[in-house]
Amino acid sequence: MSDALARLLARIRTRLGRPAEARGAEEVAARPAGRVAGPIPARARVEGEARVALFTKMAKAVGSEVERLAHPGEVPGAVLRYLRFHNLPKRLVAAADPLLEASGLARAPLLEVRTGAVTADDPVGITVAEAGVAETGTLVLASTPERPTMLAFLPETAVVLLPLDRLDGSYEESWQRIRERFGTPPRSVNFVTGPSRTADIGLRLTMGAHGPKRLLILLVDRTESA
Amino acid sequence: MEPASLAFRAHARRALADEELQRALARLRRNFQERRARAVAALPEFEELRRAGEAIRDQVLARLDHHLEVFVARARAAGTVVHVAETAADARRIVLDLLRSRGVRLVTKSKSMVAEEVGLAEAVEDAGIARVETDLGEYIIQLAHEPPSHLIGPAVHMTEARIARLFAEAHGGPPEREPERLVAQARRVLRRKYLDAGAGITGANFLVAETGSIITVTNEGNAELTQGLPPLHIVVTGIEKLVPTMEDAFTLLRLLARSATGQEFATYTTVITGPRRPGDRDGPEEMHLVLVDNGRTALLGSRLQPMLRCIRCSACMNHCPVYLAVGGHAYGWTYVGPMGAVLTPALAGLERTWPLPEASTFCGRCAEVCPVRIPLPDLMRVWREEAFARRLPPATQRHGLRLWAFLARRPALYRAAFAPAVRLLARLGGRRRRLRRLPLAGGWTAARDLPAPEGPTFLARVRRR
Repeated sequence: MSDALARLLARIRTRLGRPAEARGAEEVAARPAGRVAGPIPARARVEGEARVALFTKMAKAVGSEVERLAHPGEVPGAVLRYLRFHNLPKRLVAAADPLLEASGLARAPLLEVRTGAVTADDPVGITVAEAGVAETGTLVLASTPERPTMLAFLPETAVVLLPLDRLDGSYEESWQRIRERFGTPPRSVNFVTGPSRTADIGLRLTMGAHGPKRLLILLVDRTESA
Repeated sequence: MEPASLAFRAHARRALADEELQRALARLRRNFQERRARAVAALPEFEELRRAGEAIRDQVLARLDHHLEVFVARARAAGTVVHVAETAADARRIVLDLLRSRGVRLVTKSKSMVAEEVGLAEAVEDAGIARVETDLGEYIIQLAHEPPSHLIGPAVHMTEARIARLFAEAHGGPPEREPERLVAQARRVLRRKYLDAGAGITGANFLVAETGSIITVTNEGNAELTQGLPPLHIVVTGIEKLVPTMEDAFTLLRLLARSATGQEFATYTTVITGPRRPGDRDGPEEMHLVLVDNGRTALLGSRLQPMLRCIRCSACMNHCPVYLAVGGHAYGWTYVGPMGAVLTPALAGLERTWPLPEASTFCGRCAEVCPVRIPLPDLMRVWREEAFARRLPPATQRHGLRLWAFLARRPALYRAAFAPAVRLLARLGGRRRRLRRLPLAGGWTAARDLPAPEGPTFLARVRRR
């Protein structure tokens, strides 16, 4: 323990009127095992199609675009339609995720797809969510070697796949999923609720401040290709 | 940063005469109050969440030492280097040493009130290191060389026209009035800075003991680019931001966005646990965390301890008649509005800031909207008592108060002293029953009439029953 930290702890203990060597950190350390969630809004306790409907409604309310696909094989077509509709370059940087590989995106005609680190010149990024939260239409992205965080932050347009078997009601359920999959959390976990925005100029809502201007969420019903 | 809070009255007078500022404040009130009310109405569990939020924060503060020990151990296990700064000067020195030893020439910074509090921005510039604020509001006030005037909307006091002029000067080209175009300009300029920076400095909204993680909350995504692109990430934050578990963090996050901007959830909530891992394609190589005390521990165990619950949402100022009349700059230091009126004397010294807790009508709106139920007016009263005891307010004010207190504790004397005055005022009110001018109350009657007392006093009526 550094001296500065030891002195800080000593100051805190003096102020709180506790002995200098107050024990109890072990108890705090053990608490997560018996962690209790706070009040979870009733709204979040929905299942099945109602959950998908809530996610879609909440995501659209914050400016995300949402499309539902039957299986990963429909991803390349949906992406192409979207890029054409918004008149965007057909150039993508993609996560090296098995789901995207199964979708056949890399072999799609008319799309130029590359994997790897994202640069400031990439117009469109596509990645896969670790989970989704219906309560507020939120995507949960976890950084892994295959899925760099910046895929959903640097490009002006972000496309995110969310397999519906990873759609949860509340943040707490999604975090439990992360605990089970990773143990210690990955370096970066982003809860993303809509495209980037600011109201710093005259309190007028403006999209695309630093992160993406557009966010397309592709809900995928079945994770295996047809 | 030296507080300029002793001049609160003079600042307030100037602010009241500033038409541009008054327009901006009227807009702020409409926007933030309506949005929060709508978001709260849409969540039946909001009051329950407020109680839970209060309990979480209290539980952490009661055992801040244990939570810190666990947090620091786990943050270190994840590869974060943890530093402790007892004072503002310590915090500046730790950050400057890091920047200098790694030869950093350009720093990007996302919004951190603690960095503002310890004067980090000036220190970085004085050391000859270029600094770019990445929160759009902070970027704007950096161009204007002004301090922030609001916790989450630092440039909320500025009109579009003023921002347009600042951007035209800084970026060249003709002034653009459309927010879309201005945002696009800033996006273009800042993008290069993110990529060129040798270090990114952020704050933290929460520290999680369970995982040793920091949590940042933004709408722009600038915190993610600030911490994710340069090789060095430095977090500067206060020791009180701890929460025990991620579950606790979610309870507070549900409160934060709704209280701050009336959003259901902020656009980006990011949980960071250490630097880049083996195999990762992005993220900083080093992550350092500076835990700042700077007077916070002195609040523990005192009547002011509840102030350390604060999650910096800004709901108190958005609903404060005083803040909404004079704006943030009148407060003369980093923290403004009701939360500033309580926190600033603790961190910057009561003798240099005592007018701030005086600047309240005690209407209680701040406490009603506070997501962690801080009794802000009660805490301001604690400071008022202490200022009185330390003879900080001018003698006339203190003697007046002492005289009033003397009378108020002696009901018979009080009535004898005030009944004739009440009768006199009633007569002066005349048929209009209004007083246009009143000696010693010129401040009140300058802008409005005082209704004259009517009929017998309350006690006289009760007695007649």
